[in-house]
Amino acid sequence: MEMRILGRLTAADALPLYSWVAIGGAVVTILGFLAIIGTITWLGKWRYVWTEWLTSLDHKRIGILYVMLALVMLLRGFVDAIMMRAQQAFALNSGGYLPPEHFDQIFSSHGTIMVFFMAMPFLTGLINIIVPQQIGARDVAFPFMNSVSLWLTAAGAGLVLISLVVGRFSTAGWTGYPPYSGAGYNPGVGVDYWIWAIQVSGIGSTLSGINFIVTILKRRAPGMKLMRMPLFCWTTLASSILMVFAFPALTVTTALLALDRIFDMHFFTNTDGGNLMNYINLFWIWGHPEVYILILPAFGIYSGVVSTFAAKRLFGYKSLVYATMAIALLSFTVWLHHFFTMGASAGVNAFFGVATMVIAVPTGVKVFDWLMTLFRGRITFHPSMLWTLGFIVTFTIGGMTGVLLALPPADYLMHNSTFLVAHFHNMLIPGALFGYLAGYMYWFPKAFGFTLDERWGKRAFWCWISGFYLAFMPLYMLGFMGMARRMERYDVAAWQPPLVIAALGAAVILAGIACLVIQLIASIRTRERRRDLTGDPWDGRTLEWLTASPPAPYNFAVLPQVRDIDALHEMKRRGAVYERPERYEDILLPRNTGAGVLIGGFAFVFGFSAVWHIWWAAAAALLALLAAAAARSFCDRTEFRLSASEIQQIEERRLRQLAGEEAL
Amino acid sequence: MNNAPTAGRYSLKRYLGGYVLALLLTAIPFGLAATAALPRHSVLIAVGAAALAQVLVHLRCFLHLGLRTTAPERLLAIAFAAVLILIMIGGSLWIMFNLHYRMWV
Repeated sequence: MEMRILGRLTAADALPLYSWVAIGGAVVTILGFLAIIGTITWLGKWRYVWTEWLTSLDHKRIGILYVMLALVMLLRGFVDAIMMRAQQAFALNSGGYLPPEHFDQIFSSHGTIMVFFMAMPFLTGLINIIVPQQIGARDVAFPFMNSVSLWLTAAGAGLVLISLVVGRFSTAGWTGYPPYSGAGYNPGVGVDYWIWAIQVSGIGSTLSGINFIVTILKRRAPGMKLMRMPLFCWTTLASSILMVFAFPALTVTTALLALDRIFDMHFFTNTDGGNLMNYINLFWIWGHPEVYILILPAFGIYSGVVSTFAAKRLFGYKSLVYATMAIALLSFTVWLHHFFTMGASAGVNAFFGVATMVIAVPTGVKVFDWLMTLFRGRITFHPSMLWTLGFIVTFTIGGMTGVLLALPPADYLMHNSTFLVAHFHNMLIPGALFGYLAGYMYWFPKAFGFTLDERWGKRAFWCWISGFYLAFMPLYMLGFMGMARRMERYDVAAWQPPLVIAALGAAVILAGIACLVIQLIASIRTRERRRDLTGDPWDGRTLEWLTASPPAPYNFAVLPQVRDIDALHEMKRRGAVYERPERYEDILLPRNTGAGVLIGGFAFVFGFSAVWHIWWAAAAALLALLAAAAARSFCDRTEFRLSASEIQQIEERRLRQLAGEEAL
Repeated sequence: MNNAPTAGRYSLKRYLGGYVLALLLTAIPFGLAATAALPRHSVLIAVGAAALAQVLVHLRCFLHLGLRTTAPERLLAIAFAAVLILIMIGGSLWIMFNLHYRMWV
């Protein structure tokens, strides 16, 4: 066999010359990349970006970078979505504007991006910024590992993005089922891009999960018992436990698929005794908990928002905690409902059907708790509150269709139809994304020191929710009318009108995204009059509102003493908030390091080389990655000391600010 | 390591005992698989049982896990992990053997 220095990478195969739309996508990706590089260079800010952001181990900075990554990937994933909607609106008895091979890449990258590179970084970012502050900690337990997680996630996202320019992405859907994703049917690089993007970012997610668990168990402030933690911390804990236990299943499954593809093994190929159903089984052992990994943190955000903007203590705190943990355990017992139709016996299907319906119970408990918190509350209709109200109504509808799908006989009729597509979008858009956006608007002043424009936030909400109903209610209908998911063209005239409505819905959501962009730009431009000098713009009840906005690197100069679930609210009532301590002490903080960026960079090179079978480069990158990790572990100067006098200066400035506010 | 109260838990005897047990529990499955002394079905069960025993030996002799000596929250974490592993592996075996039965028997 001929050995080539660049593996199977050749210009003829790699460049996206198969359609004008693909060339356009590549050009936009390259221009976007150049625009970012150019802007930073033009402003002469490379040193600032490198020393203050990319190498930072401050959990708040890392969190902000995660959210930025998520927002960029949200745009990319949404472009995929609107392209699919446009294709299906036109594709009655015609090829539309996308060739099948390209359409298949688009739905595959849409799912992969939205789950792995939009939702996961978004929730990880919000957790990073907020959870340490909510439990009264100065950082996460492992600040360096946090940076490694970030850069592994970014490396995975980079692999998906570069697949638009060099080579092609998978056509096997975001789930990558064999045999179609095997080398026999899919010899190109698409599935490999999918595998390595997921491998690299999946390891990052596992590390994040470990980090958050240890942070929550070990870094709580004095008096912060587990049953006094804000609900967002509880849902983060549950979600992190799920990450730690579920993500290895995904890593192993995709690794086995990679072995099948590269070394001609046959874990999932039916010839030679492999079993493709075992792939589907293993994939969903991760896949179902993943749904709750995405949704639980959003539940925590809603809980905080409801209680703050109803100005009431959360109703049924204990029941919410127990419901969260029950959901976490039950989420491991339902995975077969993703493949009821594989042909298991009625007994197996019935067990998993019932288990699925049981999950609706703790979820229902939560909905009632939120409603009871709102009941007789003094409600402020902040955009975050609107996202929450929209979520409660819409999510309940999605829950009902979920219980319907949990009936195996009904699932036999609706599986793989657009009814299913409508169902899971109905869970994940209100259940996860609305929550993250609520958190984004709620905590933005905490991260940046000024509030977001509420008018544009409300407009964004109304566009998103009406666009959501317009886009997905027709899909429920189409499912009943027999339309399968992922169709590049069709010949049933009755399907076209609902598909056109769905495409209009996508256009309304586009308007919602435009509102989000305008909101951000408008708020930055008017930031001077939206400054949050108190650090507590919403009369918050939990500890993250005790710190300055943006918080000092150490969050709390003196660790707070917690006496209640709503710790800050209790302090305010007692009049014991913003007190000047007798004296300040030195604080050790993590020193910046470029090792995380380096490890992420090597992981990217490794992934890219593995995709194109450039084995020498893959081996070199892997070695370099291990060497960087080893070298970092010998570094003794990982922390620096912030002296008491510096802290006193920072704190005095803040106290003066607070006093100035009070004078107004 | 040489502190008096913990000397028993970290004694050389326990490490060596664990090592011998681990070797035995590795040799038995290899022997059974290589010689085919038992029917295939029994070999699979024996390999599984030896693996399980091996896990317990590691936890006890190398990680010094004890029902009384280990902190309750750690035992809880291990128990939780055990439950999840049971669900994942037990569930997978149940699902895949059920499918196997319906497809080939």
